[in-house]
Amino acid sequence: MSLDEYTRREFKQVGTRVRRPDGVDKVTGRAMYGADATAPGMLTGRILRCPHAHARIKSIDVSAALALKGVKAVITGDDFAVPEDDFIRDVQENCMARGKALYDGHAVAAVAATDAAAAKAALKAIKIDYEVLPHVTDVDEAMKPGAPVVQAGRVQENVPKGYSENVTAHFEFGHGDMEAGFAKADKIIERSFKTAATHQGYIEPHACLASVTSDGKADLWCCTQGQFYVRTLCSSIMGMEASQLRVTASEIGGGFGGKTTVFIEPVALMLSKKAGRPVKIVMSRDEVFRATGPTVSSSSDVKIGMTKDGRITAGEATLRYQGGAFPCGTTEFGCSAAFAAYDLEAVRTYGWSVLTNRPKEAAYRAPGAPMAVYAVESVVDELCLELGLDPLETRLKNAARKGTKSSYGPTFPDIGLVATLEAAKAHPHYKAPLKPGQGRGLSCGFWFNFGGNTCVSLNVNTDGTVGITEGNPDIGGSRASISLMAAEELGIPYERIRTIVADTSSLGYNDVTDGSRVTFAVGLATIKAARDAIKKMSARAAKIWGIDPEAVEWKDGAAVPAGPNAGKFPPMSLAEIAAVSAETGGPIAGHYEVNADGAGVSFGVHLCDVEVDRETGATKVLRYTVFQDAGKAVHPDYVEGQMQGGAVQGIGWALNEEYIYGPDGRLQNPTFLDYRVPVASDLPMIETVILEIPNPGHPYGVRGVGETGIVPPLAALSNAVSHATGVRMTELPMSPPRVLKAIGGT
Amino acid sequence: MRYLAAKTAAEAAGALAAEKGLTRILAGGTDVLVQLRSGMVEPDLIVDIKKIPGIRGIVAESGGFRIGAAVSGAEIGEHAALCAAWPGVAEGVQLIGSTQVQGRCTMVGNLCNASPAGDAVPSLVAANAVARIAGPDGERDCPVADIPAGPGKTTLKKGEIITSIFLPARPDRASDAYLRFIPRTEMDIAVASAGVSLELNADGTVKAARIVLGAVAPTVVVADDAGKALVGTNLDDGALAAMAKACEAVCNPIDDKRGTIEYRTKMAGTLAKRAALIAYARAGGSK
Ligand SMILES: Cc1cc2nc3c(=O)[nH]c(=O)nc-3n(C[C@H](O)[C@H](O)[C@H](O)COP(=O)(O)OP(=O)(O)OC[C@H]3O[C@@H](n4cnc5c(N)ncnc54)[C@H](O)[C@@H]3O)c2cc1C
Repeated sequence: MSLDEYTRREFKQVGTRVRRPDGVDKVTGRAMYGADATAPGMLTGRILRCPHAHARIKSIDVSAALALKGVKAVITGDDFAVPEDDFIRDVQENCMARGKALYDGHAVAAVAATDAAAAKAALKAIKIDYEVLPHVTDVDEAMKPGAPVVQAGRVQENVPKGYSENVTAHFEFGHGDMEAGFAKADKIIERSFKTAATHQGYIEPHACLASVTSDGKADLWCCTQGQFYVRTLCSSIMGMEASQLRVTASEIGGGFGGKTTVFIEPVALMLSKKAGRPVKIVMSRDEVFRATGPTVSSSSDVKIGMTKDGRITAGEATLRYQGGAFPCGTTEFGCSAAFAAYDLEAVRTYGWSVLTNRPKEAAYRAPGAPMAVYAVESVVDELCLELGLDPLETRLKNAARKGTKSSYGPTFPDIGLVATLEAAKAHPHYKAPLKPGQGRGLSCGFWFNFGGNTCVSLNVNTDGTVGITEGNPDIGGSRASISLMAAEELGIPYERIRTIVADTSSLGYNDVTDGSRVTFAVGLATIKAARDAIKKMSARAAKIWGIDPEAVEWKDGAAVPAGPNAGKFPPMSLAEIAAVSAETGGPIAGHYEVNADGAGVSFGVHLCDVEVDRETGATKVLRYTVFQDAGKAVHPDYVEGQMQGGAVQGIGWALNEEYIYGPDGRLQNPTFLDYRVPVASDLPMIETVILEIPNPGHPYGVRGVGETGIVPPLAALSNAVSHATGVRMTELPMSPPRVLKAIGGT
Repeated sequence: MRYLAAKTAAEAAGALAAEKGLTRILAGGTDVLVQLRSGMVEPDLIVDIKKIPGIRGIVAESGGFRIGAAVSGAEIGEHAALCAAWPGVAEGVQLIGSTQVQGRCTMVGNLCNASPAGDAVPSLVAANAVARIAGPDGERDCPVADIPAGPGKTTLKKGEIITSIFLPARPDRASDAYLRFIPRTEMDIAVASAGVSLELNADGTVKAARIVLGAVAPTVVVADDAGKALVGTNLDDGALAAMAKACEAVCNPIDDKRGTIEYRTKMAGTLAKRAALIAYARAGGSK
């Protein structure tokens, strides 16, 4: 890890709440989202989806659909070549089934027609002969030998015998002597938990416009978190060279991880290729729920031992995650995150990845961590209660800190958990009195964060302004933060900088906007690109002054001679250097390319107060405070927004959100009416406290903040409800019927 | 699909009666337009009733109120006298949707959409409201209680439209209340609901009580025994418990994504109890 990037400095612009560059467009409706792309001669694409949880496709007859007026193309899974790579094949088959439909909503055919009515009629005219197969949607059921097998032949070698073929992978993390650890405990609590699958619930449904020309070039406009990755997936699936497919990302109406892969893009490309015209596909909300990527549902067992004075002696967790009909990588993250907040001598986490007849999971903010941390933090809370210990003091006593060997392997550098816990302890919220029927909950949370491939160009315009070209869709305000960091480094006002998100032909490869990486990694690359430009501008000034480039320094937005020996010249500002660039060597631009590491983990602590109506089982969130380490909050508004947004999504997950399947294996609630995200009136103002423990891996100390915030709410809410009712809650969501039943009200 | 903005109730009824295909009436459209957009229904004829003279007005009649079929929830909320006499009816219709939906939605649309969970219906039935119906054979009056026939079904005959709802005069010491349970605080559909209308004696005991439950059966249910359990009492705990039990006894809910049978049943009693206490206080009763 590069842990020497950070140097202390006084910031002039970073840390201020400047005006967001995309705000006016968004509130006036001018911003161009996925569904806003149009092209001459564009066709409407629509997808036919399987109405069964699991079915063999015996035959598909598209002839009647093709014969309809206005229908220009019909495709099925057979139109796609079978990708050699397992992973790419999974992505392709998730976009369009081949041979077998694996979940309710799985795409089985698609049409392109001159208008929506013709496309709809064509879907109705496609005849499919299904053989309905037995299905399984519950993770524990799916693991049992004899469960309906979703996909055969996907089991990894290290999976022990005795399970269904649906169990595809097994993980184990940890260190220390477990037996000795539990032997030292004065109290051991072991509990089992369940969490429901939840959806990211982004406001904007997936949408794209694809145009494939007869000479093999293609353009794709889509709503995504990563246009470069979309290019990788789509060019592989379509058998195209990357250079021939240009992908442009639209403005994005939320993603939270759910837009890190493709669902409709290969379908639109194939339809366009076949029809010879541009094809646009816009998903309905029903399609978003049934056929994009919710997160996993889980079942878990946690066993923790503690001494009377609150030292954890050993912790063990077994996590069973179902990630839908394809192998899922989320389990490993869950296992790694489960005990990350603790400094433990003996710790073990076991993970199981399981196939079910559900849509293929996609990333959702800190994928895998919330459900794991929920189970662990629930048991820690119960131990504190049983042993009469203060839950905050107990966490402080066991907190991971600099030098702790983490439960997943690495040894932590400077981290902010202790400072975050201390901040919670000092906050008035922690001591505020509660009324009868109310309860307070607390939970720690953690996320790894990520750096990754990043490429930034910084162009100095001749009028003294600066344009930054970066390759990551702006989901959480990154354009503002990137401009701020460039302004800081260059020493020019924020308003003189405009940052744009480039298409895949304009810049080197950039990893997806995920892993809370953008402000960290793109920020780092921007600062370095600014330094590159500064070096070039200093050289131009040196040339004008006729001195050595090394004898020039950059100060407050201008080149100045470095010390009296360099000569006596008045400072040359960025604008002055830029204005004469044509005479000094041409345009000035800075660049930086990196595969960034040193992202710096981020910890958070959430405190929440609830009141439970004992006659209805309804939970009201009364007060909620988020404490989180941001390393350096470049634009505090956005950092607070991330912390609040994570908390709210977690509150929804804890209280009401869930994928509900009927006995027929079909999703019962693919609408925002019955998939209940919190509405504004459900929530108190989410208070935020930003901690700044600089990340040694970033020039300004920045850590990612986008994901940690969704990790603690599940346990914070569950602990609060358990305290309010006097009954330990072990299943999410804590919907009113479930709570009422748990407290004996029905 | 054809669209007709009828200028009279007779024209609307005539067109609806003559249409062989599927028809829908467009009041606020907050159900119809959503259903159209999602492809749930594909009507052949849509008849907009909002241009019919008088259909958007509230007028005093025989000490009570006649409310036109196209009066919106927001307009009802702004009618002080109506809200004072029938606060439970007003709060039922005003619970529908959000500010935007309130500007459009109607009580009659809610009634004729015939969802067992419609928020305007329990209080109307508890109030003994009467619908005035225009049809191919002329006009008739029918208790609101007799309009719902099951989920998505009404007893209205082909060509019939409701033109207004009549809420009777209120004696002194009478009031009503409506409560629904939803897992969130707004933008949701009732898991169970209760409308309660009470009339008190001079001594504060209950003279008459009408309790109507929503979302616990294919149509709203009038819980007669529950009402009887309150008569002669001043809502002491025993009376309330008996009333809640009687409510539970008439529930016949479904088990679905919105709630289990046992939960809905339990909620019906709980909500009726809470609504009764509110109506009682509004009617001037004190415990
Ligand atoms: C965002 C949103 C939130 C909502 N929230 C709620 C809620 O909280 N509670 C709730 O109960 N509902 C809710 N609804 C549903 C809807 O708003 C109500 O049912 C509303 O009262 C319907 O009234 P309308 O005038 O819009 O009916 P329309 O959509 O115009 O008509 C509804 C039905 O009634 C029939 N109809 C209309 N007028 C007449 C008439 N005069 N004679 C005979 N038949 C007629 C129509 O043919 C149609 O079948 C919500 C809807 C939306 C879109």
